[in-house]
Amino acid sequence: MNAYGDAFAWLADPGHWPGPDGIAARVGEHLAYTGLTLLIALVLALPAGLLIGHTGRGAALVIPFTGALRALPTLGLVIVLALGLGIGLLAPLIALVILALPPILAGAYAGLGSVDRATVEAARAVGMTGWQLLWQVEVPLALPLIVAGVRAACLQLIATWTVAAYLAVGGLGRFIYDALPVRDYAQMLAGSILVIVLALLADGLFAIVQRLLTPAGVRARRAGEPRRRSRLPQPVAGPSAP
Amino acid sequence: MPARRTLLLAAGALALGTLGLAGCSSGDPLAADTPRSSGSASGGSIVVGSAAFPENEILAYVYAGALNANGIQASVKPNIGARDVYLAALTDGSIDLVPEYTGNLLQYYDAGTTALSSEQVYAELQSALPAGFQVLEQAQAQDADSYNVTEQFSQQYGVTSLADLKKVPIPLSVAANPEFATRPYGIPGLKEVYGVDATLVPVSDSGGPNTLKALLDGQVQLADIYSTTPSIAQNKLVTLEDPEHLILAQNVVPLISSAKASDKVAQVLNTVQRALTTEDLIAMNTKSSGDAKESAQQIASEWLSQKKLFG
Repeated sequence: MNAYGDAFAWLADPGHWPGPDGIAARVGEHLAYTGLTLLIALVLALPAGLLIGHTGRGAALVIPFTGALRALPTLGLVIVLALGLGIGLLAPLIALVILALPPILAGAYAGLGSVDRATVEAARAVGMTGWQLLWQVEVPLALPLIVAGVRAACLQLIATWTVAAYLAVGGLGRFIYDALPVRDYAQMLAGSILVIVLALLADGLFAIVQRLLTPAGVRARRAGEPRRRSRLPQPVAGPSAP
Repeated sequence: MPARRTLLLAAGALALGTLGLAGCSSGDPLAADTPRSSGSASGGSIVVGSAAFPENEILAYVYAGALNANGIQASVKPNIGARDVYLAALTDGSIDLVPEYTGNLLQYYDAGTTALSSEQVYAELQSALPAGFQVLEQAQAQDADSYNVTEQFSQQYGVTSLADLKKVPIPLSVAANPEFATRPYGIPGLKEVYGVDATLVPVSDSGGPNTLKALLDGQVQLADIYSTTPSIAQNKLVTLEDPEHLILAQNVVPLISSAKASDKVAQVLNTVQRALTTEDLIAMNTKSSGDAKESAQQIASEWLSQKKLFG
């Protein structure tokens, strides 16, 4: 099998990099699409997730709903939406925002849910308002899990934006969709490798961000032995004051 | 290894027995070298196969129905799959006959062919076929790629043929599958044969609803849609003529194993072939899609009774 050899040779060919349909431009498109989708999904899902995590209300309604969203096949959604919205960027953008919502939402409410109740009650006891509690106690402590949700969403977006090339849309999916009907497997595999590399780089970046955003106290506790039993498996269960 | 030897002996005996039997029965339908008798339905019953899409399945039932109406036993094995699968079935004798399209079939056996018109393709196909296979007469009916524009575009710029596109003052884009960028009937051919510059807008649904939507919305000026797709007439699209034969001809043709192609069988099928038009295919596809959704068998028998070809 020298399929990988062919694919790497395709990537190494300097003629494949410049131009509007070259690798550089496609990687740029792919990152722009992913970034835009992530931004929209963050604006929609983060406040909702924080609200649910903070109040403990609405979880019963929102969680099964976003769970169902995860089951939607993205390509099918792209095709159906494009029947109404045309073959441009809008249909896949909506489909991929829907894909990115559940992990961000889950990260946010699970993050807040994982904050030690004793800490929350202590914060209330010293007279913090709900707003202060959220921004000065809950969010900082929940940040690693919130970022983990965004990280998962980003990874899914980089991988799944490829299906949008079913329509007249750029990005790395173009290499795959254009090569399939003409059996250019070197180009197909090269496109897939680019997606993998991009996903790994983004994941590495998020790992660093996650590490930097973890509060010193939480980090120290993780290094040592856990102080209390973890509430992670059932993040929103249990009593919670408004 | 006594057990194995016994098995071998048994197998040998069985083989000899079969050979002996085959020698005795003069009318063995599977023996390729049996001399063909003309006039009557020799060669036993005929199994008609079909590819896995509705139009081809309907055609298979049309052939089977016509043969049955003339006292030749025929049955249908629908939805076998892609070309290499049903051609293998034709080779091993599990099917005897299959509705085919001249251009695609020729390209399957001769990838480098330069034939384009119906006549050229049919002539080259005759010599490209492997021994044991033959094609009967080709129908006027075709199911090929076709360039389509909206009625409004056609009237506004006076375009009814690919040759007219040169005088259109606005930039042209074509919605089609991605391979259209490199195929000779696609963007390169449009430039080379008609001197028309066009950009491809890739949509991977083979002229389906997304392609249609792009054309109707004016996101593209041209769309590649298979010529027997009902949506062409339903949306009053104008299929552009192709005077220079940019697009490979795809006439419907019965591909049959030579052992089964008796004169009677050929005569019945050729009668069908002469009556079959592209409009018939569109009407059949319309019946098999949308709300009507009749079965292939029913559509085929309706066509046969409507055409009154036999008796």
